[in-house]
Amino acid sequence: MKQAYDVIIIGGGITGCAAAYECSKYDFKTVLLEKENDIACGSTKANSAIIHAGYDPEPGTLMAKYNARGNELAHRLAKKLDIPFRETGSLVLAFSEEEVREVRRLFENGVRNGVPVEIIPGAEVLRREPNISKQVKCALWAPTGAIISPWEFAAALIETAVRNSVECRLMSPVKRINRQDGLFEVTAGGEKYRAKYIVNAAGLYADKVYEMAGGQGLHITPVRGEYFLFDKTMGGLVSTVVFQCPTKLGKGVVVAPTVHGNLYAGPDSKTADARDDTSTHRNELEYIREMAVKSVPTIDFSQNIRNFAGLRAVAGEDFVVGESAVENFINAAGIKSPGLSSAPAIAEDIVQILGRCGLALRRKETFRGERRVLRMNEISFEEQDALIRENPSYGRVVCRCQTITEGEIIDILHRPVVPRSIDGIKRRCAAGMGRCQGGFCEPRIHDIMARELGVPMKDILQDTEGSYIVTGETKED
Amino acid sequence: MKKYEYDVAVIGAGPAGLAAALEARKNGAERVAVLERDFEAGGILNQCIHNGFGLHYFKEELTGPEYAERFIRELRETDIELKLNTMVLSVSQNRHIIAVNPQEGVLGIDAGAVILAMGCRERPRGSLGIPGTRPAGIFTAGTAQRYVNMEGCMVGKKVVILGSGDIGLIMARRMVLEGAQVMACVELMPYSAGLRRNIVQCLDDFDIPLYLSSTITEIRGRRRVESVVISQVDKDRKPIPGTEKEIECDTVLLSVGLIPENELSKNAGIELDMRTKGPVVYENMETSVPGIFACGNVAQVHDLVDFVTMESIRAGKAAAEYAAHGEEPSPCFELFASKGLGYILPQRARMDRIGDFLDVFFRVNDIYEDVSIVVKSNGGEIARFRRDYAAPGEMEKIRIPKKLLTGNEIEVSLKGGDRE
Repeated sequence: MKQAYDVIIIGGGITGCAAAYECSKYDFKTVLLEKENDIACGSTKANSAIIHAGYDPEPGTLMAKYNARGNELAHRLAKKLDIPFRETGSLVLAFSEEEVREVRRLFENGVRNGVPVEIIPGAEVLRREPNISKQVKCALWAPTGAIISPWEFAAALIETAVRNSVECRLMSPVKRINRQDGLFEVTAGGEKYRAKYIVNAAGLYADKVYEMAGGQGLHITPVRGEYFLFDKTMGGLVSTVVFQCPTKLGKGVVVAPTVHGNLYAGPDSKTADARDDTSTHRNELEYIREMAVKSVPTIDFSQNIRNFAGLRAVAGEDFVVGESAVENFINAAGIKSPGLSSAPAIAEDIVQILGRCGLALRRKETFRGERRVLRMNEISFEEQDALIRENPSYGRVVCRCQTITEGEIIDILHRPVVPRSIDGIKRRCAAGMGRCQGGFCEPRIHDIMARELGVPMKDILQDTEGSYIVTGETKED
Repeated sequence: MKKYEYDVAVIGAGPAGLAAALEARKNGAERVAVLERDFEAGGILNQCIHNGFGLHYFKEELTGPEYAERFIRELRETDIELKLNTMVLSVSQNRHIIAVNPQEGVLGIDAGAVILAMGCRERPRGSLGIPGTRPAGIFTAGTAQRYVNMEGCMVGKKVVILGSGDIGLIMARRMVLEGAQVMACVELMPYSAGLRRNIVQCLDDFDIPLYLSSTITEIRGRRRVESVVISQVDKDRKPIPGTEKEIECDTVLLSVGLIPENELSKNAGIELDMRTKGPVVYENMETSVPGIFACGNVAQVHDLVDFVTMESIRAGKAAAEYAAHGEEPSPCFELFASKGLGYILPQRARMDRIGDFLDVFFRVNDIYEDVSIVVKSNGGEIARFRRDYAAPGEMEKIRIPKKLLTGNEIEVSLKGGDRE
């Protein structure tokens, strides 16, 4: 039997990681259980990577409340925790009279949600963004809209949490939840964890986890969105997040830069067949292509370097956040878009909810909420020079496309939550995310990981469990 | 920051860079350096452990590493400086290079002439947009080759190869020799993109089926590849519904084209050719920026390394001359790839720098039999060359006597030879 905790967080996506970070500020005992071999393997892995301004959600909803506050917190966290982040602002384009009315409605929404918004005329849109379609009539401008690296966001939060004594258990899928003497007993990854409180941040599986605790009435529908990711040569096509007017299917197809200098277009919105069905489809991609060129006609699709799909966990019209019908079991479920933007605010609220459930909230004096990451390609040549003299591995470039050094990869392997997959490295430093898509650096990163972790090559995976890259050595058996 | 000055600085120690550096040294450049990002010289040849290299240049058959070794040995006997683990970050128009390596940190290098020899990279899956899942087990053929031949790791047991480029064909044979089953090689075009000899020696000899006018339309498998769906394509290369066929496999190798690695060239403001995807070059492999030369796969994707060597020798010689004497601008004429040609190289030439002949390289854009290569100067035919057979997989070369080159526009096209 594992020793007792105060709080068990189930799920290591952005919501769970943010909850862990908030909990780490207080002097109760928290453990986070993640079913996969790394954090950020579900919805957090593949999404639009936007910190929404917050004009979109219907006033009065949880989404409206958390998005506006989450945006504010994300700005601060990005600085404090050194997360790749850019305040690009965002535009919603109107191409017809109907859409002009929609932009006005969004403006009103924004005002009511307390979000800075402004309507700018078409000519001004084109002055700022000359590659946007000349058909644009006007646009909603939201200066606090931003872009972020969702994976580094999650990593920064969980790393900080672990540095402040939260435990993080990977490869720990929850199998059973029992209740005894007022404590939950969670069986996961062959261990038993006991705690008075559970925070359910299990994303696409939140309903299953809720049911294990005896809960009812929560249903998660996986809604898939597909994307194109373009080479950096397209990265400068727009400098802001470019939305179309929302429809009942979602926020419409976005064209936006990424913090790593690429451009993407997507997503669409289709109910998926399964909770892990992140496949892409010819027709869907064709639809995104048609929609994307409406906003930005000059996107060169021959510069596509990757297609991907992500799943949103949808529980209904709004998020489901709060103490559930099961006492001391707190749901943070159905965190669809704008979940990434809302996560820090949801996490803040979760701690308050825990307090209302009776958990004593005493701030930890020892809490350290600062994090710095060395990124060689962001510092001056003089600084690089000095660092390489101290540690030559910072002078060995492994990923050519993104200029990531061996030293930076070794650093990742010595941080609090260690990835065992090539994609885990990619998510933390963008190695392999460039135009060659790892064709060159993958075997080299593979080598470095095997060496640093002291494991055979075949134990290093592409991504989640089962995604083996090599079957063993040549000339075996 | 450490500072260096060289007469000739070569970026890349693959076959192109090695030959160019040696030739520059032989032609009077006293201080020559080769900057290589890998931990050893030789480039991609190191992982090409099969034979078939050197038949044209050395008149004998060598493996890739053996071919590279000849140049590396020769280099070691000279005072050419080989800087390994050295990644070039930028090149400027006035030939200032910034590079980084673990031994010395950040380097600032001023060079009398620069030779770009960065080679090429493989097109990844994303550039094709193959729908389906994104499991492990999808490799570019060259990446798989590195795993198998250099790291000693097996990448899978049941393999489907998409594209019939040479590396894909070579890897088909390699995977069989290493005990894997190669289920199929699938090619979008109605002909193979590889050398004829590789089709015979790597597919036919091992009974590996080649599906032409076909492509992978879906990849399946959640964590590791489980199968692929292949479909036939129509004349516009669009999949034909109803022709789908699922092939069980755990590995997909992509051999769907090579892209010259020209990010440094682009950032240096060097003019690029959309068709070669390399710098526009003159007869001596000089780029649009005086004193910066390009050779090997960075300039055009070659079929045989022997021709890379020959091209690089020309670049090395010219770079040494430039470093010693500079150059005066002189009038030039342009060369155009017309009907039937995929590209042409050089794209420009200066009359006063051509010897008795101008060598012109290109690839055809389809399979042709019994075809004429027609050279026109300002619209009038000046030369004609015959070929029994021409295919996109093989680089063509024609030699035009200087005395025929009188116009300011040379156009090369194909006449006849279309297959039924």
